[in-house]
Amino acid sequence: MRLRAVEPRRYVVYVAFLLIVAFFAVTLHDEGFLSETNLLNIVRQTTPVTVMAVAVVFVLSAGEIDLSLGSVVALSALVTADVMQTQSAVLAVAAGIGVGVGVGAVNGLFVTLLRLPSFLVTLATMGLVAGLARSVTNLESVAVENPGFSNVFGSGNVGPIPSLAFWALGAVALGHLAFRHRRFGAHVVAAGDNAAAARAAGIRVDRVRFTVLLLSGAAAALAGILYTGRLQGASYTLGAQDLLTVYAAVVIGGTRLVGGEGSVVGALVGSLIMGTLTNGLILWGLSSSQQLIAQGVVLLLAIALTFREPMGATA
Amino acid sequence: MTVRTEPLVRIERVRKEFRAVVAIDAVTLEVNAGEIVALVGDNGAGKSTVVKCIAGVYQPTAGRILLGGRPVRFASPLDARSDGIEVVFQDLALANAQPVYMNMFLGRELVKGPLRLLDRETMAAETKRLLDELDVRIDSPQKMVRDLSGGQRQGVAIARAMHWAQRLVLMDEPTAALGVSETQRVEELIRRIRDRGTAILLVSHSLDQVFRLADRICVLRHGKQVGVRRTSETNGEEILSMITGLR
Repeated sequence: MRLRAVEPRRYVVYVAFLLIVAFFAVTLHDEGFLSETNLLNIVRQTTPVTVMAVAVVFVLSAGEIDLSLGSVVALSALVTADVMQTQSAVLAVAAGIGVGVGVGAVNGLFVTLLRLPSFLVTLATMGLVAGLARSVTNLESVAVENPGFSNVFGSGNVGPIPSLAFWALGAVALGHLAFRHRRFGAHVVAAGDNAAAARAAGIRVDRVRFTVLLLSGAAAALAGILYTGRLQGASYTLGAQDLLTVYAAVVIGGTRLVGGEGSVVGALVGSLIMGTLTNGLILWGLSSSQQLIAQGVVLLLAIALTFREPMGATA
Repeated sequence: MTVRTEPLVRIERVRKEFRAVVAIDAVTLEVNAGEIVALVGDNGAGKSTVVKCIAGVYQPTAGRILLGGRPVRFASPLDARSDGIEVVFQDLALANAQPVYMNMFLGRELVKGPLRLLDRETMAAETKRLLDELDVRIDSPQKMVRDLSGGQRQGVAIARAMHWAQRLVLMDEPTAALGVSETQRVEELIRRIRDRGTAILLVSHSLDQVFRLADRICVLRHGKQVGVRRTSETNGEEILSMITGLR
């Protein structure tokens, strides 16, 4: 099936990923970069970002943005951990997801009913939810001692494969299916590309906008629960660094910031690039401040390579 | 003249008010199958309002719209579309970062299988067949709309409208954004669609174009219908004086 014209831009990200892996494989050979443990660690560390990146592909492609992601990670993690102190894990997970769906719904309602830009709405809810996350347990971390929960949501393995890998792959597979192969994905990109044309063609643009914001709230909540499972506890600092990483992963993966175009598989590769970089820089022995600088440089390079609009394109 | 049958579309004494302003009043017009009727008038004469009333964008304050003799009321453009009326907009209502075939099926994508997956192959093949048939020259239905010329884009928009229109295609300034040779090609396309038996209501600023294409011309002035003329029985001077109200 050859249905899309070959755009070199799309494949830069895959080549870049291979180059980065090859580079670290050579330079960090003695530190065990290519060891099974380390590679599986990269998968474990990137899964929450991958899950959120899949949802953000839909959000950006629809021409929207969700800045409240990181705050939702913290709040849903804390709510899940807190509920689990007294209730069953199933109820706790449901409560955590409920937090994300709730915030997503609030974002969606403000964007669709009041016709406000999602940038401003989610900027406000980002602060609001971060405040809630700090107050819900008075800045206290909450430990979770529930082996069953931790196995499923973070620290367990199926054979040699971490359970987190299944969450990442599941999110990517479902996301790719919905984005590329279902009408919903087609309507998302059409709404982000030309909302007036989409509306004239009978696409319910507001429903699309509401749904993608709901989706990203739910994905951020799941990410928070996955952190809680892996770290066996939750704190208000979870997700604080993720906003930049998630958007970097998605944009490096070929999704346009202005809507109309996206790639779920690209976002997975983008997320792996970000995770591999962090991992490699740690193995190199860089301090956290040096890591930030190196990541910033790589990010600028990546954006310069992948983000340029094609010649002659008009907004 | 031929024996009179029910016209495909007839609007009767249609009036549309926006609060205190009367945009159009007592506009009566019919379009038959295989006929191009042009709607002309100065800026603000109410041409677009008439089109939007028929397309279901506006609901007339008074008057009736009949399809094949049957009165209809469109609450939304979707209603009009399900009754076989399609619109070609002036501002090219296409999604630029999507391929031609996805635009052709925008909002009406074909799916297959129990998972209701997009049937891209059939959509692309259908698009190619349609574009070939209408002689809209585009290398491939997979091409992105942003890579097309203005004329090719309008070709896609018109082919799409024609593909879905059972009865009537409304065209609001379809060549306003195009160059000379592209305009010529789009005009040929409009004639081909007419010859296939589709009814066309054309809004145009260019009287030359109206005389090249239309079978009949309906003139509006200040929201009122001034008259309808057969193109073969009138001339530019008469139409111009009807538009301006000067003799």
